[in-house]
Amino acid sequence: MDITVNILLTIATAATPLLIAAIGELVVERSGVLNLGVEGMMIMGAVCGFGAAYLTGSPWIGVLAAIVAGALFSLLFAFMALTLATNQVATGLSLTILGLGLSGMIGTNFVGLPGVRLPNLYIPGLSDLPIVGKLLFGQDPLFYASIALVFAVSWFLFRTRKGLMLRSIGDSHSSAHALGIPVIRYRYLAVMFGGACAGLAGGHLSLVYTPQWVENMTAGRGWIALALVVFASWRPLRVLAGAYIFGAVWIGQLHAQAFGIPVPSQFLSALPYLATIVVLVLISRNKRLTMMNTPASLGQAFVPDR
Amino acid sequence: MKSAGEAANLIEVRGLTKVFGTLTACNHVDLGIRQGEIHALLGENGAGKSTLVKMLFGSLEPTSGEIFWKGQPVKITSPSVARSLGIGMVFQHFSLFEALTAAENIALSVDDGTSLDKIAAKARDLSKTYGLPLDPDSLVGDLSVGERQRIEITRCLLQEPDLIILDEPTSVLTPQEADKLFETLERLRAEGKSILYISHRLEEVKRLCDRATVMRHGKVVGACDPSKETAASLARMMVGADVATAERTPIELKDAPELLGICGLSRKPAGPFSMPLKNIWLSLKAGEVLGIAGVAGNGQGEFFEAISGEVLQESADSVRIRGKSVGRMGISARRSLGAAFVPEERLGHGAAPRMRLSENLLLSRHATDRKAFIAPGGFVKNGMIQHATQRIIEVMDVRKSAPDPEAASLSGGNLQKFIIGRELDRQPAVMVVNQPTWGVDAGAAARIRQALIALARAGSAVLVISQDLDELFEISDSIAVMHNGELSKPLPRAEATYERIGLLMGGAEPGHTDPHRPEAA
Repeated sequence: MDITVNILLTIATAATPLLIAAIGELVVERSGVLNLGVEGMMIMGAVCGFGAAYLTGSPWIGVLAAIVAGALFSLLFAFMALTLATNQVATGLSLTILGLGLSGMIGTNFVGLPGVRLPNLYIPGLSDLPIVGKLLFGQDPLFYASIALVFAVSWFLFRTRKGLMLRSIGDSHSSAHALGIPVIRYRYLAVMFGGACAGLAGGHLSLVYTPQWVENMTAGRGWIALALVVFASWRPLRVLAGAYIFGAVWIGQLHAQAFGIPVPSQFLSALPYLATIVVLVLISRNKRLTMMNTPASLGQAFVPDR
Repeated sequence: MKSAGEAANLIEVRGLTKVFGTLTACNHVDLGIRQGEIHALLGENGAGKSTLVKMLFGSLEPTSGEIFWKGQPVKITSPSVARSLGIGMVFQHFSLFEALTAAENIALSVDDGTSLDKIAAKARDLSKTYGLPLDPDSLVGDLSVGERQRIEITRCLLQEPDLIILDEPTSVLTPQEADKLFETLERLRAEGKSILYISHRLEEVKRLCDRATVMRHGKVVGACDPSKETAASLARMMVGADVATAERTPIELKDAPELLGICGLSRKPAGPFSMPLKNIWLSLKAGEVLGIAGVAGNGQGEFFEAISGEVLQESADSVRIRGKSVGRMGISARRSLGAAFVPEERLGHGAAPRMRLSENLLLSRHATDRKAFIAPGGFVKNGMIQHATQRIIEVMDVRKSAPDPEAASLSGGNLQKFIIGRELDRQPAVMVVNQPTWGVDAGAAARIRQALIALARAGSAVLVISQDLDELFEISDSIAVMHNGELSKPLPRAEATYERIGLLMGGAEPGHTDPHRPEAA
């Protein structure tokens, strides 16, 4: 029984950064912007979060630094892709490359240092309950934040007026502009929200998952988060489900390696990406579903004709 | 008829000017609209009408000039400012969001924080009052254009505007739907609301409007009482010259061979918002111009793709060109059999925007005219292509700024003349054209129509898909109607009336579904 609980806990820890990054990117893409820089913003969050926590000794300041770093880094993307209307794909890719390089440079002196871990929640009594205690009341704070974020984003997008405006911009930015909705302003805010989420996801890696700094420690999670948004066909609750499936695949791969299952470890490490490809192929079969939810103006630069 | 300035104007613009780069889209425009009148704004495509109303609605910023609302000078800096003054607008190219519901679409232009449920209820009541039935929970992507327009109008009325701007509202409606719209507008006028009605359809302006302002090349060139004018005199004001109509001589087709045959063509919908084709039968003979009418989005685009070979059919026999089954052949193979195709979108489909006219010529004819344009070893014979390009430009009177300009630098009408000319130059046996004169000025349109008739009379079969009924009545020997992916039986020109075609466009009669309909030879 303990093994099951432990496996579930590790799955939750693996899924949380995917979930946080993906829910942020979902908001960005719902506004019609495709930011492929998730991996870059995530690693910037990881290094800045680690650094701030190490220097101040407070993991919470680390969390804050990760969020701010991600948001500021995404601002670079927003300025290029929204104000200068550059190609979003190229800009996003360069943001990832820049982030990976820059974080390595910032983190040179952090390599090998002991990190500060964000403590798990502990509620006397509740957290000591068998099985459910640890699962429901004994995880890290960002786990709860990620779940709350999913429901908050879902409520915002489908229950509020501002959420409706955001979705309308993603569906047709020129129609939204004709109605007087400030397209660029909304997109800036959406991109920065996505950046803050990606930064927080990176912070989770260097403050909870493995509290230390290793170069390239995001290890492609940003790309999985991007695939997850498509997998979820831009629906927040499906992102939640998808993140846990992907998290399970990630963990299953680690366990299989530990148990010495006679499969090349490279193949097992590639499993999450294979799963991504399989899922992409499967969902692309249902065109109606994909097209109904896909923001129609996704990836298109908007230049108002004033 | 009161003279201008006698009654107080609800809105008045003085010297309104809008400059885009080197183009002056609106040049010192003066316009006054009174309380409780339907005021027509007439002009050809590109005359500056849309630019003018976009400035009135705050979606464009004027370069100079003044706007007075109820006598007070105002700056309309955004659509929400316009809405708060009491100006509502129904757009030509709908500003609706396909992935949202009708109620959500309406909520987007209500500036206070009314809840979605309340808006849906209000919209339902209002639409009933004005005879514009709509279901607030339906997804816009699933609706017809007529229904979409009702949403736009309801959205506009919900804000209780004093001035309603309608930009080309009937261009997407059947004649019967247009009649319903006119009833709504007359009712609004009776309630004291003012309407600015933009159109290039002269008959409806004569019928509906109290006054008209005519624009040409960005300037106001005249004002009149449309009920006292004739359609011809209004057209002369719009174009600045007499407008030619194409001449069509009757033709006997009894023994002519079939050049294009469509036999039981069906197609599944390609995407969530596209139309399936349902068992279409059609036969075109040498010498014939057949028109296909229909409200936009009833399967015309899908039909064109199936004939041109952009999309292959499951059965080879569903499309026959000159007796050969081509349903499984691609575009070039169909062209090589003597067919020519002109798609609806000029830029990006009919022509590559950033390539020169000569390059566009080569792109469409490299397979069919391989011997003429390609030397052994795959080298392009530039001289021959230049020669052919200049020939087309001369024959079709394409006006351009450089000897061999980029396609995107031509005006819509001139580019369309070039694209049609490019196909005519091959003397195709079968010509299929989707929307030949959409957005083309009257002079160029007349020339294109005459060229299509001439091609048919020289022994080719011409299929014209159009939403412009006047055009179809002008050039077609028979007219069929596409509705909901089905095609009606073609009516000979003599039996076709606007009313009958209009009823078919609205789906009054089902398409013929007999799969074994014999084709009289």
